[in-house]
Amino acid sequence: MSKKTSNAQNHEQQDTKYLDMDLLRFTTAGSVDDGKSTLIGRLLYDSKSIFEDQMDAIEKTSKSSGEEGVNLALLTDGLKAEREQKITIDVAYRYFATPKRKFIIADTPGHTQYTRNMVTGASTAELAVVLIDASKGVLTQSRRHAFISSLLQIPHLVVAVNKMDLVDYDEEVFNEIVADFRNFSKKLDIDNITYIPISALKGDNVVSKTRVGKSTNGQKGSEETNFMSWYNGPTLLHHLETVKVDASHNVVDFRFPVQYVIRPNQNFRGFSGRIVSGRIKPGDEITVLPSKLSSKVKEIVTKGENLKEAFPGDSVVLTIEDEIDISRGDMIVRKNNVPKITTHFEAYICWMDDDAMKTGKKYQMMHTTKVTPVFFDEVIYKMNVDTLSSEDADELKLNEIGRVKLTSAQPLFIDAYQVNQRTGSFIVIDPASNVTVGAGMIRASSTESTKNSKLKTQTSPNIVWEPWNIPREEREKRNGHQANVLWFTGISGAGKSTIAKALEKKLWEEGKQTVLLDGDQVRHGLNGDLGFSPEDRTENIRRVGETARLFFEHGNIVLCTFVSPYAEDRERVRDLLPDGKFIEVHVMCDPKTAQERDPKGLYEKAKKGEIKGLTGYDADHETPNSALTIDTDAISVDDAVELLLSKIK
Amino acid sequence: MTKRQTHLKQLEDEGIYIMREVAAQFERPVLLFSGGKDSIVMVHLALKAFYPAKIPFPLMHVDTGHNFDETIAFRDKLVEENNVELIVGSVQESIDKGDVKEETGPDASRNALQTVTLLDTLKKHQVDAALGGGRRDEEKARAKERFFSHRDAFGQWDPKNQRPELWNMYNGLKNQGEHFRVFPISNWTEMDVWQYIAQEEIDIPEIYFAHERKVFNRRGVWLADTDYVNRMEEEELETRTVRFRTIGDATCTGAVLSTASNMEEIIQEVASARQTERGNRHDDKRSETAMEDRKRQGYF
Ligand SMILES: Nc1nc2c(ncn2[C@@H]2O[C@H](COP(=O)(O)OP(=O)(O)O)[C@@H](O)[C@H]2O)c(=O)[nH]1
Repeated sequence: MSKKTSNAQNHEQQDTKYLDMDLLRFTTAGSVDDGKSTLIGRLLYDSKSIFEDQMDAIEKTSKSSGEEGVNLALLTDGLKAEREQKITIDVAYRYFATPKRKFIIADTPGHTQYTRNMVTGASTAELAVVLIDASKGVLTQSRRHAFISSLLQIPHLVVAVNKMDLVDYDEEVFNEIVADFRNFSKKLDIDNITYIPISALKGDNVVSKTRVGKSTNGQKGSEETNFMSWYNGPTLLHHLETVKVDASHNVVDFRFPVQYVIRPNQNFRGFSGRIVSGRIKPGDEITVLPSKLSSKVKEIVTKGENLKEAFPGDSVVLTIEDEIDISRGDMIVRKNNVPKITTHFEAYICWMDDDAMKTGKKYQMMHTTKVTPVFFDEVIYKMNVDTLSSEDADELKLNEIGRVKLTSAQPLFIDAYQVNQRTGSFIVIDPASNVTVGAGMIRASSTESTKNSKLKTQTSPNIVWEPWNIPREEREKRNGHQANVLWFTGISGAGKSTIAKALEKKLWEEGKQTVLLDGDQVRHGLNGDLGFSPEDRTENIRRVGETARLFFEHGNIVLCTFVSPYAEDRERVRDLLPDGKFIEVHVMCDPKTAQERDPKGLYEKAKKGEIKGLTGYDADHETPNSALTIDTDAISVDDAVELLLSKIK
Repeated sequence: MTKRQTHLKQLEDEGIYIMREVAAQFERPVLLFSGGKDSIVMVHLALKAFYPAKIPFPLMHVDTGHNFDETIAFRDKLVEENNVELIVGSVQESIDKGDVKEETGPDASRNALQTVTLLDTLKKHQVDAALGGGRRDEEKARAKERFFSHRDAFGQWDPKNQRPELWNMYNGLKNQGEHFRVFPISNWTEMDVWQYIAQEEIDIPEIYFAHERKVFNRRGVWLADTDYVNRMEEEELETRTVRFRTIGDATCTGAVLSTASNMEEIIQEVASARQTERGNRHDDKRSETAMEDRKRQGYF
């Protein structure tokens, strides 16, 4: 199993073996005492990455503090000592390897205040292990860790339910924790979550499923025992060794920030850098930003031989056919696939400094290889990381995360963080101290597609967004009112259509331009090809969102009535529109009331088993966090209309 | 589909990226060269990073005067062949000038003195970034070290004042008089270094391979018999087949008993090693926190 033992036997094989090893960077997070140090110690120990002299040292320490056996947590105790001394606790990096993979662990301490450390550790990770103490269940902190993993777009999450030995290896306990976490994680943007029950202390399911030890019936055995035979999944190490991480790379959009110009003599001018995403070949047509001059790649130079093609992550030197002035901070991209060039953008910021982030103050920012002054124009909101709700704020303090608007002095070449982590991220630097004070993730702007863009909604890279012929502002002026999108969400029978129709009549009487988009109508025409699977529901809402946006940009008050059960889908529509223009209205009532109303006979059908997955019956509706709520059990249609009218004036 | 790169390729690309960041962000960088395998790998990466240009910064060697002859010969050949500039800071000079005092006694070593010479030489050449071959796997205290490690105007490392490093952005902005230590191979392990040397067929000094040498055993560490070590009477000289896992000052670099005489055998040996490479560093044995202390003073 371990390299060290297999090695001696497979002498010959081993020599070339390391040439196929790959690398996985992961981060670990857990609350204090969840057993994170023990787990890392266990991984290092069981994979034989610990040397005798290190082992001797911790044996000594374990003995002197009167512990029985060896305390594996001591292998990584560097941080603990610091905690006591109140020195900056930060990310520590650990290394181990198996014959399949080399691993880099970014180990971040679990203390409540250290959001910034987890963000730092997560920024380079392809996978996150979140520890949960089986005897305590899902804590606020576990949620925080999951949220940060999703904010940083770590593609894989492992929830390691630790200390299973303390709960008698009870399958029920594990299942409850999984259900609890799953429920919460629906709100997050993480596709791939793996749940593994472990005992870091005893070693169960960390490296192997079995170990020598007392079985549950109390008999001491010398046999290898599997204490959790009910669990069919992989061990933690096996998962780490086999999880596929390629998919997270963006191989479509070629981005090459120029790092350093190489000019040994008059005849050679090469542009060095590391390919952020996409791929490139000699002869490919390129455009240089910001000059927008075009040329072709001549050669991909490396010491050794020139390459026929280069891929994400490659450090290379490009030469180009024409003489174009290019320097550090410029970006080479494909001619027909350019990032957004702008000085105004929105981002999520994690603040990392004792001095709070202030609007109107001048900071420096580093984005790819460019450094430029930047201002925070506005804090749109700050995130309550524990409840995932947004709160008003006009500054961000240490360890706070918020959504902000920024203006940079020089134009930046950006992509949304969700599409491209490298061209979508930046750091903020305090010009007085030169210290890094913030980490930023650029949000998709309204002209870009957002989530899951790679799958369905990626705007064709060849299409450049054309500004509207007559700007909305002009239309609004002539119409005498603002354009808006009111999004009515809720289960069937809650009263969405009734309220929307009454509201539209009222608006019509007042001489306003309106459009009503109704779920059933749309499904007969535009979306006639879609069913009710989660994918189809998502696509349904995407198309409606785009349609609503077209009408919105033409000056209308757009009323949309859609069950739209998934928060993520609704958020995507929100993202298409300027801030504050998407008004989410949650129309709700007691499910019983809805079943009695049953305007379309759907509940009846569901009861008979004729349809499956009916929202409000056997499928959930994800409650919005920040919507206007109308309880139709409690207020009348007229009152609801009055309330809504007051919101759009 | 793209093929996922091997771990060595990824580490190499990262190292080259850091080298170029240093060349771009600083005015007067140097590459600290000790003669050991890590700094040889660093030179190899620097050659790749700037090809076809030559390395745009000098190598800097802090010479304790107690080096193995092989180290100096190797250094001079490397400099010559690759047409790089070399700056030498001499501990002997610092002693002669009275800036530092030579240690006495059997454990006397110039390792601690190096720090003063290093800082003086950096200052003299107004160096604003010193590239080092330090790796985070070497020692517990290094596990949280940054790629770009900030040093104040006194060359000191303040653990409270290190910058978070996110994604692949390295903030090298600094005030007058401050400088950085930069560690492009932070993420490499000893194994990675050896595998890389094998893969790239990099030339390394002969003393890394098994050879016969006169050695004596001091508290479990095999030390070479040289003019610079104060051997005590009861420490008997023996001829043994040994090799070195690290190369530093001859007074404190221990040899290991080994018959590994080529790269494959060395990799085998490292793979089955039961001791960290620093386990043979006599200087680290002097105190539990030896490394941390020296780091604070500016040694690393
Ligand atoms: N029973 C049991 N105790 C554990 C397990 N993992 C860790 N612990 C104990 O929990 C305590 C905290 O562990 P530690 O690794 O220091 O937690 P950290 O603060 O998350 O690094 C220690 O006393 C460990 O021995 C486990 O799987 N089972």
